[in-house]
Amino acid sequence: MLAYLIRRLLQSVGVLLAVSVVVFLGIYAVGNPAAILLPDDATGAELEAAMRNLGLDRPLPLQYFTFLGNALRGDLGTSFVFNAPSIQLILARLPATLELAITAMALAVLLGIPLGLWAGLKPGSALDETVVTGSILGFSMPNFWQGMMLIMIFAVGFGVLPANGRGETGTLLGIETSFATADGIRHLILPALNLALFKIALMIRLTRTGVREVIALDYVKFARAKGLSERRVLLVHVLKNILVPIVTIVGMEFGSLIAFATITETIFAWPGMGKLLIDSINNLDRPVVVAYVMVVTLMFVLINLLVDIAYSVLDPRVRLEGMRA
Amino acid sequence: MSVPAELPASPPGWSAPVAVAETGEWRQKWLQFIESRRALAALWVLAILLAAAVLAPVIAPQDPYDLTAITFYEGRLPPGETGASGFRYLLGSDVQGRDMYSAMLYGLRTSLLVGVLSAIFAIGVGVSLGLVAAYAGGWVDALIMRVVDFMLGFPTILVALILLAVLGQGIDKVILALVIVQWAYFARAVRGVALVERSREYVEAALCLRLGSARILFRHILPNCLPPVIVIGTMQIASAISLEATLSFLGLGLPITEPSLGLLIANGFNYLMSGLYWISVFPGLLLLAAIFSLNVVGDRLRDVLNPRLQR
Repeated sequence: MLAYLIRRLLQSVGVLLAVSVVVFLGIYAVGNPAAILLPDDATGAELEAAMRNLGLDRPLPLQYFTFLGNALRGDLGTSFVFNAPSIQLILARLPATLELAITAMALAVLLGIPLGLWAGLKPGSALDETVVTGSILGFSMPNFWQGMMLIMIFAVGFGVLPANGRGETGTLLGIETSFATADGIRHLILPALNLALFKIALMIRLTRTGVREVIALDYVKFARAKGLSERRVLLVHVLKNILVPIVTIVGMEFGSLIAFATITETIFAWPGMGKLLIDSINNLDRPVVVAYVMVVTLMFVLINLLVDIAYSVLDPRVRLEGMRA
Repeated sequence: MSVPAELPASPPGWSAPVAVAETGEWRQKWLQFIESRRALAALWVLAILLAAAVLAPVIAPQDPYDLTAITFYEGRLPPGETGASGFRYLLGSDVQGRDMYSAMLYGLRTSLLVGVLSAIFAIGVGVSLGLVAAYAGGWVDALIMRVVDFMLGFPTILVALILLAVLGQGIDKVILALVIVQWAYFARAVRGVALVERSREYVEAALCLRLGSARILFRHILPNCLPPVIVIGTMQIASAISLEATLSFLGLGLPITEPSLGLLIANGFNYLMSGLYWISVFPGLLLLAAIFSLNVVGDRLRDVLNPRLQR
């Protein structure tokens, strides 16, 4: 297990390094931020001075190693636009994004698994058809358009829910969060639903497929033959076994929720780090883009590591293979 | 990373090698495909949409990008209204006075073009690399699969976003970004099947005949790897269309001179709050119809072509 962990950790560091090189080169190889920051009538000398100030006149490899060295000390550059450390800008907006992602994932699990179970138990029935069609529909609806429809129906049409911003936040357990106030929760509903829809569809499909595969296995027949109640067979025998892939997917999809939050946050003007990313891309505020990518990559790498460990804990067969490798 | 594999480790019958090429089996698959009325209906919708996209310049009542054809003061007309010029705006007009129905036909054309082109290129790159990885093995295989894992480890939307932030706007850049985020799916799937096929007798026979590697790869192994490529290809066209629309919505995809459905929707978003719903709702529904029918067809193809589910 220890050897496995160490190898996984080394892999993770490799991924981080690779991402840092790719992103740094990609983002620094285009455009000239100094030209964008200065007024149109700036002279060539002013431009050069600005570039020197930002360190853009030095050779690229040197810029990269400076960047890497600073990054290891937790400094990912200073935002051109906000003139503040980019890592602080990202971290300040991280709670809002996490709040959204966690709520969305909770919705996906609480709605998707029961619906999937229900459909999987009655394959071919009208209910099954409806749920499956609904889930394909959920997959097909582009996130941003679905968000707009939510706004149109609930904010413009019925006027029952706010469609803009995060609302009032309160302090809960020392953290500034929307969960603490009624207004905050009202603001959270539409964006969270928007972000969750994809994942609800995914949960339905996963659970449904899992149930259909497991229900035909001998141990389920045996449990029934033993005379266990259908309820117990379902909740203990079936559910327990399909949970393994579901836990994995929940973990991995959490990363994708954070990525998709960029869209939801843009539509609902939610002040999270995704909206900051889009704004920064449009402003060519490179240090913030780089910091975002590094922070998100770090999160993905950590999530993947945790998922793999959880997986081996949940499924003994995986544990054995991991040990041997 | 342990995504539950779409394909079984050793497919019991991605069918006998020669049989796939026989028309009889494909005919049988087709009959099985149309057993699902939902899939057949989706196929019809797709055919109609494709025809509409190809024929857009012929059937659109207005050329939405010919400024002389647009009457500016007939903007913001609701669906079905007839303008002072006598032009009937079937699905309303946008703020510039453009006929939404015509704009949507042209938008669909752009969206489908981007989706299909990027899928074709991604299949080309992905299938080739997947085949090479399976056939060459060793460090080539390890290198290619590392890159595949790396690519699949990040959500496509994020990678595409960052890529376009670097590349800038443009239809060619969007397609390039989509190919970069999608090839890995094909490579992984093809490698999986090709690894199994490689050890089969017909490949051994071809080797004994001293046929060249390229010939064995593309003429013998490739045809037997097609079923998963078809399934994933259909799904990836859908996801490419959706992704392009999303990127354009965020202002990072296509320039305003080549409006896709995504750009039309983004344009309408600004007027949603003031009740001009038709500018964003109708293009959205069309986009949804295209993606939904592609996904239904792909879903059915998976059921039909996946031997695991066969009775």
